[in-house]
Amino acid sequence: MAILVDANTKVICQGITGAYGAQHTKGCLHYGTKLVGGVTPGKGGTKDANDLPIWDTVAQAVKATSATATMIFVPPVGAGDAVLEAMEAGIKLICCITEGVPVQDMIKVRAMIDERNAAALAAGRLDDVVTLVGPNCPGVITPGPKTGAGDSAKSTYTNNGCKIGIMPGYIHTHISEAKRGKAVGIVSRSGTLTYEAVWQTSALGLAQSTCVGIGGDPVRGVNHIDCIRLFAADPNTHGILMIGEIGGTDEIEAAKFIAEQRRSGKLTKPVAAFIAGRTAPPGRRMGHAGAIIGGADDTADAKIKALQEAGVEVALSPADMGKAMAKAMGI
Amino acid sequence: MKIHEYQARGLLSSFGIPVPPGDMIEKASDAAAAYAKIAQAIGKPDALAVVKAQVHAGGRGKAGFVKLVRSAKEAEEASKFMLSNRMVSPQTPPEGLEVTKLLVASGADIADRKGGGKEEFYLAITTDRKTRRNVMIASREGGVEIETIAHERPDAIIKTFIHPVAGLQPNQARTVAFNLGFRGKQVAQAVQIMLNLAKLYVAKDCTLAEINPLVITPPTTEHPDGQVIAIDAKFNFDDNGLFRHADLQAMADPAEENPAEVKAHEFGLSYIALDGKIGCLVNGAGLAMATMDIIKLHGGEPANFLDVGGSASEQAVTEAFKIILSDKSVKGVLVNIFGGIMKCDIIAQGIINAAKQVGFTVPLVVRLEGTNVDAGRKLLEAARKDIPTMQPATDLTDAAKKVCAAVG
Repeated sequence: MAILVDANTKVICQGITGAYGAQHTKGCLHYGTKLVGGVTPGKGGTKDANDLPIWDTVAQAVKATSATATMIFVPPVGAGDAVLEAMEAGIKLICCITEGVPVQDMIKVRAMIDERNAAALAAGRLDDVVTLVGPNCPGVITPGPKTGAGDSAKSTYTNNGCKIGIMPGYIHTHISEAKRGKAVGIVSRSGTLTYEAVWQTSALGLAQSTCVGIGGDPVRGVNHIDCIRLFAADPNTHGILMIGEIGGTDEIEAAKFIAEQRRSGKLTKPVAAFIAGRTAPPGRRMGHAGAIIGGADDTADAKIKALQEAGVEVALSPADMGKAMAKAMGI
Repeated sequence: MKIHEYQARGLLSSFGIPVPPGDMIEKASDAAAAYAKIAQAIGKPDALAVVKAQVHAGGRGKAGFVKLVRSAKEAEEASKFMLSNRMVSPQTPPEGLEVTKLLVASGADIADRKGGGKEEFYLAITTDRKTRRNVMIASREGGVEIETIAHERPDAIIKTFIHPVAGLQPNQARTVAFNLGFRGKQVAQAVQIMLNLAKLYVAKDCTLAEINPLVITPPTTEHPDGQVIAIDAKFNFDDNGLFRHADLQAMADPAEENPAEVKAHEFGLSYIALDGKIGCLVNGAGLAMATMDIIKLHGGEPANFLDVGGSASEQAVTEAFKIILSDKSVKGVLVNIFGGIMKCDIIAQGIINAAKQVGFTVPLVVRLEGTNVDAGRKLLEAARKDIPTMQPATDLTDAAKKVCAAVG
């Protein structure tokens, strides 16, 4: 097992005929993801370059394929609406890759998702809870063992993994191929920094159970805490690596959460972290909409201190993320 | 993106928030008419008005670019001075800034507050990340930095969370107005200003809409309770929302931005100039920040933050190098790419093109990993004889060490 997705997860792509949607549909398909089709309004009934069926609406796609997950490449102007369409159609895991979604759109989208989830939980319909990952994120991957070249739908990289998003699949390691025989769960606000962390842990003989890129926007779906909670409960995750950055107070909240879970015995797994942006000047937005230092809790140093106080092994150099994880795991 | 005071006033007005009368002028000869209009609106031939240079740099008052005037002649003289001299302040470049636009506005009188001081308030809307809601922040202590009040006397600040779909409700605004001490006819005016500011905030994709100070004018026979008006305002906008606001895009003043940052933006690059000697070209904001961090850990100082993004073309990568190398304090360049969407061969080709078009006279350290890494490395290996200052790095630490050593 892993978290959020596994080899059986059926995935569609919203925006499958756009340049990025098409490119990464192919990438995911070649990795071995059960990508079963896509949605582009107005192109229903046609097929994409990989011979996958295209529908006009998510509801049609879900009805025909029983897909439970979606990967969204719809441009910013329609991305929020695409998330809501997926939710209405019964998709359970929504990965919004799109970069540049307006904050005000995400405030409304999150409110509608939260409202729906609260109703589902109140009624005890746990299966109806919707999980949003992103926007502005690399997606989610649960690696599988290598089975093929990964260059075609006939010779997929793995037949037992699931990649939803834009991350390079080949850098990830399945537990069956890891020298140390242990897997770490990775949660991160940054795409390429996640790849760096994957690369480093793989090089140290560790596998990844699941990697979640939660995205760099100020208002988004799942957060560090949500993923840490899932990883804590996942028997195949042996360590947790969280990657944060300047801006917002999510990492501070995560530190509090970790300390609390440790005290109550709910979290026994080792946790390591890295926080980017120690040298970032205040008041400037460093690429990510969410990466801007506003208050005292926003700084990298405040976050590092809070995590260290919660017993988290913090790497001070981005080159030491893997080492910090290994150290926390006693390797 | 920053907007000028006259533009902020325009935004407030267009959403029904009263501001003191005034006009933006670009010619000194228009100053007299602008003053006359104010004098008529106020009903005093010698009304107090203020002429302000419309530049983003601070220190205007001390530099003589904010002047109080009491006649059309004084307004014209002040305007002539500001439009024909460059403004020099500690916040401008040494040669100063050219001033092309002025605001001529009424110098609003502010009513005295019972118990001392003036009737000045703070009113702002921003987005609270933690609750994922817009929040209205109000205080009776206007005219000063809200950060200072928040720090010293948090009780003096009233926070009101706004429903994501329903928006700010009149009862919420009314409660705040009464708690701020508005009374009589001021209450309805303050409520309307709050509701309008909340509408403006969402409609224009703001990340900050701040009125400071919001004031009550002294009582008159026509307005025995005075009038509630906005004296000064500050707006920040969500870059992600700009695509749906042609009016805001038009307000951007390229003359007031860092030229390299403007150029970078045209090519879809995210670039911020810093003070160090090591230029950085990285894909991804997080990795770019981390690259700056590791340079510093190894004793160097980054010259910039540059995220080429996920989908940059060869041309954009070439432009990125041109922008980095145009900074004369750059003594070495570190390329750190972990290809996801970005393909390593595109970066490699961009390096080769940049070498042909501008040449690398400074040391160049390249670390490539990820999508199409083999193709990228092959391209660079073949080009090494043409780019003698280039050296490959095996990992992040190796890259940081090499570039710091090369720059010295």
